[in-house]
Amino acid sequence: MIRRLLSILHARNLEFLRDRGTLLFTTVLPLMLVIGMGLVFGGPERPLFKVGVVTAHIDKQAHEFLRERYVEFVAEPDEPTGLHKLTHQQIDLLLDLKAPVRYWVNTDSPKGYIVEKLLLAAQPGAQREVVAGKAMRYIDWLFPGILGMNMMFSCLFGVGYVVVRYRKSGFLKRLHATPLTAFEFLSAQVLSRLGLILFVTAILYVGISTIIGFHNAGNILVLLVVAILSALSMVALGLTIAARFSSEELVGGLLNVLTWPMMLLSGIWFSLEGSPRWVQWIAHAFPLTHALDAARAVMLDGAGLRAIAPHLLYLAATALAFLAFGAWSFRWRID
Amino acid sequence: MTEPILEVRDLVKQYASTSAVAGVSFSVPEGVCFGLLGPNGAGKTTTIEIMEGILPPTSGEVRYRGEPLGTRFREEAGILFQKTALQDFLTVRQSIALFRGLYARGLDVEEVIRLCALEKLAERDNRKLSGGQQQRLLLAIALVNDPAVLFLDEPTTGLDPQARRSFWELVASIKARRKTIILTTHYMEEAELLCDEIAIMDRGRIVSMGPPRQLLQQHFAEVMLELPRQDFPAAARALPLNLIEGAERVEISTDDIEGTLRLLLQAQVPLTHLRIRPANLEDLFLELTGAELRP
Repeated sequence: MIRRLLSILHARNLEFLRDRGTLLFTTVLPLMLVIGMGLVFGGPERPLFKVGVVTAHIDKQAHEFLRERYVEFVAEPDEPTGLHKLTHQQIDLLLDLKAPVRYWVNTDSPKGYIVEKLLLAAQPGAQREVVAGKAMRYIDWLFPGILGMNMMFSCLFGVGYVVVRYRKSGFLKRLHATPLTAFEFLSAQVLSRLGLILFVTAILYVGISTIIGFHNAGNILVLLVVAILSALSMVALGLTIAARFSSEELVGGLLNVLTWPMMLLSGIWFSLEGSPRWVQWIAHAFPLTHALDAARAVMLDGAGLRAIAPHLLYLAATALAFLAFGAWSFRWRID
Repeated sequence: MTEPILEVRDLVKQYASTSAVAGVSFSVPEGVCFGLLGPNGAGKTTTIEIMEGILPPTSGEVRYRGEPLGTRFREEAGILFQKTALQDFLTVRQSIALFRGLYARGLDVEEVIRLCALEKLAERDNRKLSGGQQQRLLLAIALVNDPAVLFLDEPTTGLDPQARRSFWELVASIKARRKTIILTTHYMEEAELLCDEIAIMDRGRIVSMGPPRQLLQQHFAEVMLELPRQDFPAAARALPLNLIEGAERVEISTDDIEGTLRLLLQAQVPLTHLRIRPANLEDLFLELTGAELRP
């Protein structure tokens, strides 16, 4: 069994690596995503620190501190708005210049610690108040979503079209005349795509996290487990769709029917908290939702395997269920 | 008597409104080349695909060495389909190695390459082969497991005469290794050259079966007389002759050449372009299945 599986896996990998068009598309698209993220969220001229000032308008002449270099001062309309941003470290310090001068600093923020020193050098008697809260930029929250979305498209469309092409050309029929079983064939396709997806996701992870300065709060191996199970579940889902049909148009349509709701409802772009309960039920049926919830828990909150176990179990169970259903309903030839 | 390697029993394949195979039974002894002949749509490919275990029959069964088709059959059968695409971007050697990896036992990849004269093409992309080279590669793939039984479904259709002859030589060399071969073809020359036994199918049924020479003796007199159609006047059609009319030629089957020639001379048929030859499988095929074009 292993020998047959490895033969198919090896041949599929060779085919993929030599198909320059697909290879280029599969690797260049994520790189373009990285460059796009860099253009949107990167840039060399960014100030080192960001200080919120409770005022309607920043007047650099109002205080010596406001003329500090490498500090960006942003006007905050009121104290609660500024404090909310400070809690999520969207600003490093909040300053109210009205006498007596007061400032708030986030004790969890390293940048807040340094910018506080700068402030006290310019205004030694300022009254100190503290808040606490971890940094949560939108891009940090979005980052797992981008990885998951790329993974979803690669998993579903990557294997779906390949299997339909094999069936249409008669290659599957030829394989059927050998001792190869449907389960072995499908497992080889899953493993081949899994290797590719992990490779591309690793490139994306390193590229984007370098550009946006993301720090993974969790264990990278736990994240790898999440990535493997997520990819397995979604590749197996793609194979289930492609298990019987021999029309690229039909399979393309079915894959679109799956990917669009997943893209909108799995929480790639925004959280579904507060959305109607039925929307959340649908969302929680999608493997991508569990993949993203688990990835965010690890990357943003440092969650371990135990904390994300329900998500991992769901992903593993769906991977097995999809693969078993795919093998059961698999057709080697056009009926 | 030794047990047949393959037995086909009361095979029926029914599609919605048509009966592709309508009750076919035969057995194939080990080591022979068995030909399934018939016009397009006769049910040859359906029969061979059921025998290969690719297509389920509506009823009836196929037994390999006395057992229903199963894992042993898949390990020991080699198959060349009428149409097969291979995985893209693989060389000839890699394509053969891929299939070799699917069997527990078989020949060495290099040996198969040598056997099918593919040495000079081993590193070529399998999509860049000519029709004849492609068929040699597909035959090599069918041989990777050193099969006991080899199925060849119209293997030389579409090949030029040189490629076809080269393929026949290859099959003859495999036959010399005492392999059982099941061949479907509508090239009578191919069947005559390679087959020890034939079954002629028409409209889903076997209409005649046996060794080619025996069938020819059963169905034909000794010789065939051939005349161009334009040399054969309408009046001569009334002569008491066994005529087979083709598009270009009129053929007369007879065991009395002198008597037939006398009749033709009396009817003033010009004999300048007359050819005399022994009856062949094509004559038998046309006799049994008719000369009219099939839809």
